[in-house]
Amino acid sequence: MNDRSKRGAIILIGIGIIAGIVLWGGFNTAMEMTNTEEFCISCHEMEENVYQELKETVHFTNRTGVRATCPDCHVPKEWVHKFVRKIQASNELYHKMMGTIDTPEKFEAKRLELAQHVWASMKKTDSRECRNCHKFVSMDLEKQAPRSADEHDPHYWDAMDGKAPQKTCIDCHKGIAHSLPAGYDPAKEY
Amino acid sequence: MNKFATVTITAMSVLLYSASALSDEVKSLRGDELQAMAKKTERVEIMNVKGGIARSYKQQPPMVPHEVDKYEINLKVNGCLTCHSETTYEEKHAPKVGDSHYESRDGKLLETISNRRWFCNQCHAPQLSADPLVQNNFQGAK
Repeated sequence: MNDRSKRGAIILIGIGIIAGIVLWGGFNTAMEMTNTEEFCISCHEMEENVYQELKETVHFTNRTGVRATCPDCHVPKEWVHKFVRKIQASNELYHKMMGTIDTPEKFEAKRLELAQHVWASMKKTDSRECRNCHKFVSMDLEKQAPRSADEHDPHYWDAMDGKAPQKTCIDCHKGIAHSLPAGYDPAKEY
Repeated sequence: MNKFATVTITAMSVLLYSASALSDEVKSLRGDELQAMAKKTERVEIMNVKGGIARSYKQQPPMVPHEVDKYEINLKVNGCLTCHSETTYEEKHAPKVGDSHYESRDGKLLETISNRRWFCNQCHAPQLSADPLVQNNFQGAK
């Protein structure tokens, strides 16, 4: 290989690296921009319905001022799962354009079905997004109200023993960040 | 006529006197100094009582022995019934809604809770662990 083609190869690799950083960085930045609460509630469907309900709950206002935003619960943290979720979101864009839930009435009518989708995916992942913050190892049952402590106790010891708990967070904690949908039957397995 | 007026005046003055004597004992909870600031309210917490709070009298609607601020009751949902309804109370180890709540106003037995009993917190209230502002000697029925 002569000097000239050597130099050409180095330049080419250099350009490749820089272009890679710029493109990848740009892609990631754009994806992160869609991963903020401001982005979510820029659609009135989210802002007027679910966001208003979230504001009433402990995940928005609480003792310590730590709060959860939409993506904390609805978008996975790990890259692969996050990417899959972002691709699935294209369906949401389609329904945004079709105006499927663009009035409160339409939203209420579809709410039980939409909620069931979220419950199903949370159950499938063993409430992965809940557990990004809530970990049994860091949970002090002594500090909980007696009702909570009693219900958490078996799952707590399962988690400590390395066994899989019988239930996952969403099995009991439905309707905690938004209102429960009309027609929700607490005795039914969703 | 004159006699009537005398009696009236006497009665009025007796009433007035006793009223003023009473007002000496009545004191505002804030104190009677106009310039005084209200006392800072004590911070009290909702009581969490395992096993429930005993009734104070027969047929008293049982008081809620836990926090309820996270449960919604509206036209569409009733958060209380996620544990206390006839279909869930066993699994959740919660007391079932009283049988009387399944009766319509015509005495017909319904399968689900009667609409007129839907708003639980009209009768069932959570309790604060606060000292009573005014002392009283009420003793509940034993």
